Amino acid sequence: MTDATMSSITAPPPPPAGRRSPLGSVLIHTGLIAASIAMLYPLLWMLSASVRPEDEIFASTTLWPSSVDFASYVRGWFGLDVSFGRFTWNSLVIAVLTVAGNVIACSLAAYAFARLRFAGRNFWFAMMLGTMMIPYHVTLIPQYVLFLDLGWVNTILPLVVPKFLASDAFFIFLMVQFFRGIPRELDEAAMMDGCGPWRIYWKIMLPLSLPVLATAAIFSFIWTWDDFFGPLIYLNDMNTYTIQLGLRTFVDSSSTSDWGGLFAMSTLSLVPVFFFFLFFQRLLIEGIATTGMKR
Amino acid sequence: MAAVQDSAVAIGAGARGRPAAQGRFAALWTKHGAGYMFLLPWLVGFFGLTLGPAVASLYLSFTSFDLIRSPEWVGTANYVRIATADPKFAASLKVTFLYVVLSVPFKLAFALFVAILLDRGVKGLTVYRAIFYLPSLLGGSVAIAVLWRQLFAGDGLINSLLAQFGIEGPSWISHPDYSIWTLVVLSVWQFGSPMIIFLAGLRQIPTDMYEAASLDGASKFRQFYKITLPLLTPVIFFNAVVQTIEAFKAFTPAFIISGGTGGPINSTLFYTLYLYQEAFGNFRMGYASALAWILVLIIGLFTAFSFLTSRYWVHYDD
Repeated sequence: MTDATMSSITAPPPPPAGRRSPLGSVLIHTGLIAASIAMLYPLLWMLSASVRPEDEIFASTTLWPSSVDFASYVRGWFGLDVSFGRFTWNSLVIAVLTVAGNVIACSLAAYAFARLRFAGRNFWFAMMLGTMMIPYHVTLIPQYVLFLDLGWVNTILPLVVPKFLASDAFFIFLMVQFFRGIPRELDEAAMMDGCGPWRIYWKIMLPLSLPVLATAAIFSFIWTWDDFFGPLIYLNDMNTYTIQLGLRTFVDSSSTSDWGGLFAMSTLSLVPVFFFFLFFQRLLIEGIATTGMKR
Repeated sequence: MAAVQDSAVAIGAGARGRPAAQGRFAALWTKHGAGYMFLLPWLVGFFGLTLGPAVASLYLSFTSFDLIRSPEWVGTANYVRIATADPKFAASLKVTFLYVVLSVPFKLAFALFVAILLDRGVKGLTVYRAIFYLPSLLGGSVAIAVLWRQLFAGDGLINSLLAQFGIEGPSWISHPDYSIWTLVVLSVWQFGSPMIIFLAGLRQIPTDMYEAASLDGASKFRQFYKITLPLLTPVIFFNAVVQTIEAFKAFTPAFIISGGTGGPINSTLFYTLYLYQEAFGNFRMGYASALAWILVLIIGLFTAFSFLTSRYWVHYDD
C-alpha cells in the first residue's frame, strides 16, 4: 500500500521510551520465543518427517533427523495413479487464472463504484456489500446445477469463470477503499485534457493502485491454492484434481502405509504459500491490518 | 464536487467536438453509460451467480430434488423435518455452536494477549509478528489438516510429548469427547490475523493517554482496564463478528480429520459438513438448500444480535 494512505495505520510509531525494566524485557522475550517455537513446531516437525527414513518418523519428537533422505518425495510424487506434477499444474492454472480474473473484474467494478457517477450507483454498491454477507452455501446448489447443465463439471471453468465476473466482492470493496484515497484532482485534470473514463482507469488508477492490486492478487493466489471445497465439488476426475484434492486422496489411499510420502507432499503443497509469505509478508500483513481480511 | 466533475465531462465532450444535436442520449450515455460498462462483469455475476441462484435456492428448499428428476414441490416438508425429525441436524448444530463458543473466545484472547505483548516497543516485532501470522496463512490447506490428524492420533506426536511427562493421552481424534478439541486447538493456532488487527488497533491509541494516566499514578493493570480495553472495543467487536462467522462456515479441517464422516458419533459433524453430505453425498439438493437457508438465518440472527448489543459495550470515540 502506498505510504501516504497506509503508514498512519501500520507503520510502527517510535517505540515508547524504554520504561520496561531489563528483567521485564527478558521475561517478555522468553515468553515470545517459547510461543514462537510452539507455533512453528508442528510445521518444522512435518518438514523433518518428510526427509526422515520411514521407520524413524514416529519414533522421536525431536526435530533434527538423524539422516536426510528425499526418498519420501519421490514415493509421494508418484504415489497415486496420477502424479503430483499433474495436480500441481492444475492448481497453478486455476490459481493464475483466478488472480487474473479477480484483478481485472474487481478493479473495473471498483473504479465504477469509487469514481464514476451514474444513476443507481449507491443502490448497486449496497447490493455489492450485501453479497459479502451471504454465505456461499446459499448459492452453492443452484450454481452447481447451472454448471452441471452447462457441462462444466470436471473442468476448471466453474472455479475460474465466476472470478472474471467479480464474484469475490471482498476484493471490490478493498479496491474501492484504495481508489477513494487517490486524489480526485488527478482524474479531473485528465478529464480536462480530454481523457475518457477508460483512459483514466488504465493510465491513472491502475498504475497508482499497484499495492492494492498486488495484495488482492497475492491473497487470491493463496486462497485459491488452498481451496478445498470448490475443487471437491466440481472436480471428480483424478486428472483434473488440484493439489489439495490430490493430498486428500493420498490420505485416503495410504491411510497407514506411506507417512513419509504424505508428509513430503503436504510439505510441497505449502511451499508456494510459504514463499509468497516470505516475499510479500509486509503487504499481506498490511492488507490484514487495514481491512480485516479473514483467515 | 459533483458539479465540478459534470462540467468537466461537458468540457471534455465539447473539446472532442461532439455535435450538440446528438443531444440528450449522448449526454446521458456520457454520464451514466460508462459506469454501467465498467460494472458489466460484476452485474452479470451478481444476477447470474448470486441473485439468481439465491432465488433458485429458496425455491429448491421447498422441493425434493435429486439432480436427475426435476424438483418436486413439497411445501414446508424439508423445514418441518429439519425442525422435528432430523437428529443429524440437531447434532451438527450442537457441534457447530460448541466449536464457535470454544474456539472464538480462546482465539481472540490469545490474539489480544500476544498483540499487547508485541505492542509496547518489543525488539524484533516484525519477526514475531510474522511467525505468529504464518499459521493463519497456511491453516486453510489440506496439508495442515492432515498434519493435525497425525499430531493428535493415538500414537501421534502430542501423546508422545505427553508421555515424556508421564501422561497417557487419549486417542484424541477417535474419542467423541475429545475430537472437537483438536479442531478447536487448530483454530486457536491460527490466531495470527485477529492479532494483526488488534495490533493495528492498539497503534491507534494515543500514547499520551498512557503518559497522563501514569502521571496520575494509575497502575499498568488499571491503564489496561480503563484505557486500552474501552478504546479497543470496536476492534474486539469487529474481530469477534468476523471470527464467529468464519467459525460457523468452517469445513476443511473437520472434513479431513474425520475422513468426511463427521465422526466419531457425529462429534465433528460441522454444519457445513452435514450440508455437504446431504447435497453431494445423498443428492438431497432440496433438503440441503433448506439447510443452507437455515445457516443464513442463524448467521443473520447472530450478526443482528451482535450489532444490537454492541451499543451497550462498544465504545466509539467520535
